[in-house]
Amino acid sequence: MSDLMKLTLAGARDALRAGETTAVELTEASLAAVAASKPLNAFVHDTSELARSQAKAADARIQEGDAPDMCGLPIGMKDLFCTKGIVTQAASAILGGFKPQYESTVSQKLFDAGAVMVGKLNMDEFAMGSSNETSVYGNAVNPWKVDGRDLTPGGSSGGSAAAVAAETCLAATGTDTGGSIRQPAAFTGITGIKPTYGRCSRWGIVAFASSLDQAGPITKDVRDAAIMLEAMCGFDAKDSTSMNLPVPNFEAALTGDIRGKTIGIPKEYRVDGMPDALETLWSEGRQMLRDAGAIVKDISLPHTKYALPAYYVIAPAEASSNLARYDGVRFGHRAKLEAGDGITEMYEKTRAEGFGAEVQRRVMVGTYVLSAGFYDAYYNRARRVRALIKKDFDDVFAAGVDAILTPSTPSAAFGLGEMANADPVQMYLFDVFTVTVNLAGLPGISVPAGLDSQGLPLGLQLIGRPWEEGDLLNTAFALENALGFNAKPNQWWL
Amino acid sequence: MSIDTVTAGRVAKLARIKVEEADLPALAQEFTNILGFIEQLNEVDVEGVEPMTSVTPQRLYRRSDAVTDGNQQEAVLANAPDAREGFFAVPMVVE
Repeated sequence: MSDLMKLTLAGARDALRAGETTAVELTEASLAAVAASKPLNAFVHDTSELARSQAKAADARIQEGDAPDMCGLPIGMKDLFCTKGIVTQAASAILGGFKPQYESTVSQKLFDAGAVMVGKLNMDEFAMGSSNETSVYGNAVNPWKVDGRDLTPGGSSGGSAAAVAAETCLAATGTDTGGSIRQPAAFTGITGIKPTYGRCSRWGIVAFASSLDQAGPITKDVRDAAIMLEAMCGFDAKDSTSMNLPVPNFEAALTGDIRGKTIGIPKEYRVDGMPDALETLWSEGRQMLRDAGAIVKDISLPHTKYALPAYYVIAPAEASSNLARYDGVRFGHRAKLEAGDGITEMYEKTRAEGFGAEVQRRVMVGTYVLSAGFYDAYYNRARRVRALIKKDFDDVFAAGVDAILTPSTPSAAFGLGEMANADPVQMYLFDVFTVTVNLAGLPGISVPAGLDSQGLPLGLQLIGRPWEEGDLLNTAFALENALGFNAKPNQWWL
Repeated sequence: MSIDTVTAGRVAKLARIKVEEADLPALAQEFTNILGFIEQLNEVDVEGVEPMTSVTPQRLYRRSDAVTDGNQQEAVLANAPDAREGFFAVPMVVE
């Protein structure tokens, strides 16, 4: 494989500007790496033709000296982003063959910045899952492997994480409703940031739970996360929850100086059965931040344990409403009907055939918690608890905390198929450290911290104040510098 | 709370998802497990707490009431499983 794919976004950008390579060369190297990565099943739709024309246009722009940071850089796109004229299925059979007639705001912004899309990426169906195993395309596979076992790359942005960790593209888009950027980044030893709710436009992103969904980048390091996030975010009149705030230069915030910053360590994030290696990395992370001049103190977020149950009311409720549009009328799959079948049978058969088991389960749970007689007991109660979870964070930020350090996930990646017979609730527990951040609408970033006893990557998460992604990225940058994580998977798939 | 097969069937119907009779007991058991997990929320004192409507304390963005888009019949129908004469086609709804 070409050494070009070992570059970071920043490194490739600088090489392009210095005339050491071209967007066409980078794109060809990426497309070759994508083609060679079939065993990972990360890429699910080929966009090589578009990529080649985007690369040529990018080279012309670079020649003219009008090149934004992302110009000419090959990236992957999660299948959740609507891409004009290119199949977009949210990894679901119900959107079989769907070709959007429009471009999502985030992908448009990336294209406007000159980014090159080398393919669409695997994910859990409608972003519902933590292992990429609910995908209609079959699961993506983690580039990290131990004892010959195929491991999950995490979910729902599993294809994005696998593709970047395997160095088939320089970075990828992800989306995060309960941890779907941060958990797969942690499982594959790379970096992922979910910005503050409202930073990135949700327009054109297939909706799962609209009050929680946010887009963000999955990258090799913190600098790249800053560069790509900046290109993705900004106000959009087409998303009524998008915030009309200027987008700062995030890369310029990366000074590495965190002297005087206060870092909170929440006692509620220590859970039973947490591996020793994770416990050790977490305390090393604390010490590193202290050594860098930060004040580290214990804090309490008392409603943490109720975040997952609140999430599993709110997210399915919103999903049941959002997914009502898949009825076999306007787009995607329609079931074959029998004589005498009316419109109700069409809906019921179409949705039974088109939705996978986990999506059906969540739509029905959502329907139940919103149904007459249960709305107050479940949905309204969950929204009250959500208000308390947000207040926990508001209180610690008001007390002077700048960022919160936690593990990203309760363990390293598990084996594909290992959770097949488990209760769905067991799978939900992998989001225990990430889901609070979505409920409170905060920015959160996972950075690779080290390896567990089996040699698999583990991540640490930093949670920041709303709208202060620049400060959060800088703290993550300081932590990344101190951790010095540089392990990469063996390229067994080549 | 334990969910019986009748309730599971009713929820499937409300969600417009066809579930075979034989699959209802397993579905009811899954609902029971998930709702059991959710019921931890009853431990929380939510007295006087307003249900969250927006995570960001902002008024929803409003634009002037003007036409910004339209005349895209072809694009709107492009992905329809069955479109005829400029309309979405569905099985007969009214006799």
